[in-house]
Amino acid sequence: MRRILPLWLITIMLAVIISAAGTSYYISSISREKRTLVISTTTSLYDTGLLEAIEKRFEEKYPIDLYFISVGTGLAIQHAMRGDADVILVHAPSKELKFLEAGYGVNRKIIAYNFFVIVGPESDPAGIRGLSVEEALKKIVDAGRRGVAVWISRGDESGTHTKEKILWSYAGFSWSSLKDEPWFLETGSGMGKTLLVANEREGYTLSDIGTYLKYYGAGLIKLKVLVEQGKELLNVYSVIAVNPDKVPKVNFRDAMIFIKFLTSDEGQKIIENFKVYGYSLFYPAVKLLRENVNSEVVQWIKEYAYFNGTECPVKYRREYPELYKD
Amino acid sequence: MGQNVQLSIAENTQNSIKTRTSIIIENGRSHMVSEIIEGLKHAINLIISGDPSVLDATFRSIYVSGSATLLVTVWSIPLGILIGYKKFPGRRIVKGIFNAMLGMPTVGLGLILYLMLSRSGPLGILRMLYTPYAIIIGQAILITPIMVSFTANAIEDVAPEVKDLAKTLGASESQASLAVFKEALPSIILAIVASFNRAIAELGVALMLGGNISGLTRVLTTTIALETTRGNFELAIALTIILLLIVFALSFVTNMLKRE
Repeated sequence: MRRILPLWLITIMLAVIISAAGTSYYISSISREKRTLVISTTTSLYDTGLLEAIEKRFEEKYPIDLYFISVGTGLAIQHAMRGDADVILVHAPSKELKFLEAGYGVNRKIIAYNFFVIVGPESDPAGIRGLSVEEALKKIVDAGRRGVAVWISRGDESGTHTKEKILWSYAGFSWSSLKDEPWFLETGSGMGKTLLVANEREGYTLSDIGTYLKYYGAGLIKLKVLVEQGKELLNVYSVIAVNPDKVPKVNFRDAMIFIKFLTSDEGQKIIENFKVYGYSLFYPAVKLLRENVNSEVVQWIKEYAYFNGTECPVKYRREYPELYKD
Repeated sequence: MGQNVQLSIAENTQNSIKTRTSIIIENGRSHMVSEIIEGLKHAINLIISGDPSVLDATFRSIYVSGSATLLVTVWSIPLGILIGYKKFPGRRIVKGIFNAMLGMPTVGLGLILYLMLSRSGPLGILRMLYTPYAIIIGQAILITPIMVSFTANAIEDVAPEVKDLAKTLGASESQASLAVFKEALPSIILAIVASFNRAIAELGVALMLGGNISGLTRVLTTTIALETTRGNFELAIALTIILLLIVFALSFVTNMLKRE
């Protein structure tokens, strides 16, 4: 019994030492006169590892620490509106427009694009392989109501979920009434989890190409890409700075350094060269749009992600006119 | 401009995974056991090779949860002793409240504290969100009821007997209460260890208040969650094993202490 006390004291002292060491380590790590920039980002950008590649180069170049908070587009916008983020990286143009209109966002730039894919089991019970998006979704509803197919929905207000809702209404359905049907399942979680559920249930789902490839490549899912490409499946990523007039104390200057880096040739090159299992996941968009290349994709991006014919209406621009020289 | 790149992704990826040496799910059977064994090997490799990001997350987990536990000891042990030792009106209610709070959902607590610490929240001026301190505070609140309840129970278990015995032997009131404390000490240590284990294994608070920022607030549990969503199950299992090793090692040491 007696010997417990000294040992007990040693334990306490160890704990104190660890705490003190940790605290001083933390304080020394933040007091190196480093500036910090908080970026709330959609999971599909962070979870693929792209942002880590960008962070590495950016932090070599500037004395600014990038803090990425990986959440869905819905929550990323919430963070920004509450002042907990300086920049957002998102992929839901309809939500972005609302964010700009509410006065929270300025200097939006489209940085990259890729395509969503509709994935499903190899056996493809609804018979959608190679169809157009509209046809495919109609067939899935049909098969679902006959009880031979299930659809797995994110249901988490993320960018992918927003896209899914648009696609359903495009095919003549409404997501909010479909979701009550028995063959329509909502996971309420991230893309990876949703893919795993779809794999277990042999269901169909909408996925961003990056997460799908990671999971497929790692052998975690056996779902196949059944519908790909096409204007409707376009996925456009944008960066938006938080407006310092609306949200005081945000780090606007460094936010703009980050945006300029992302849209520079160097930043765009990193996006272009980022590969998973040998495939490019994101295509850089800045040069394409600036030079107004006459291609189908440019046309699609303009239809899908432009507001009144521009990526950022003049009233939502703030200083930095060089970002928008056309 | 890349519109045609993604044709026949499936086939090509299939080829590229054949060259990988890691586990592949075949014939629809997931080899859970082999995944765990691979994870174990991976964990050992990570520890031996001293992978900096793993060491960083491990050290931060110990630091954050250790600090939270230490902080909580300051108020929870006295409070637990008070509740367990003294008979005062409303004692049962107070104890009931702490017992009920044992089941606090970590995500809910994380959300409430996020709203408080957010820059537009009432405590936003502290600029504490997305720092290790925010996680320490969150975990401290989370484990307070555990430490208070366990301590109170430990004292209650020994108090009547030991107190009477000490008084029979001619001890004063304060000597008797010291005897009670000494008798209950092993169980109190257990309460502290249990609190630490709860803190280090907790995810919701660390994720919501820390933001899982690489090199700043990334702890073991948030790394496990991130690597899981990234599909890196092997690494996630390896980190889980490291977390379990910490918890086991601590419990082992506590048991040794108790035996003496």
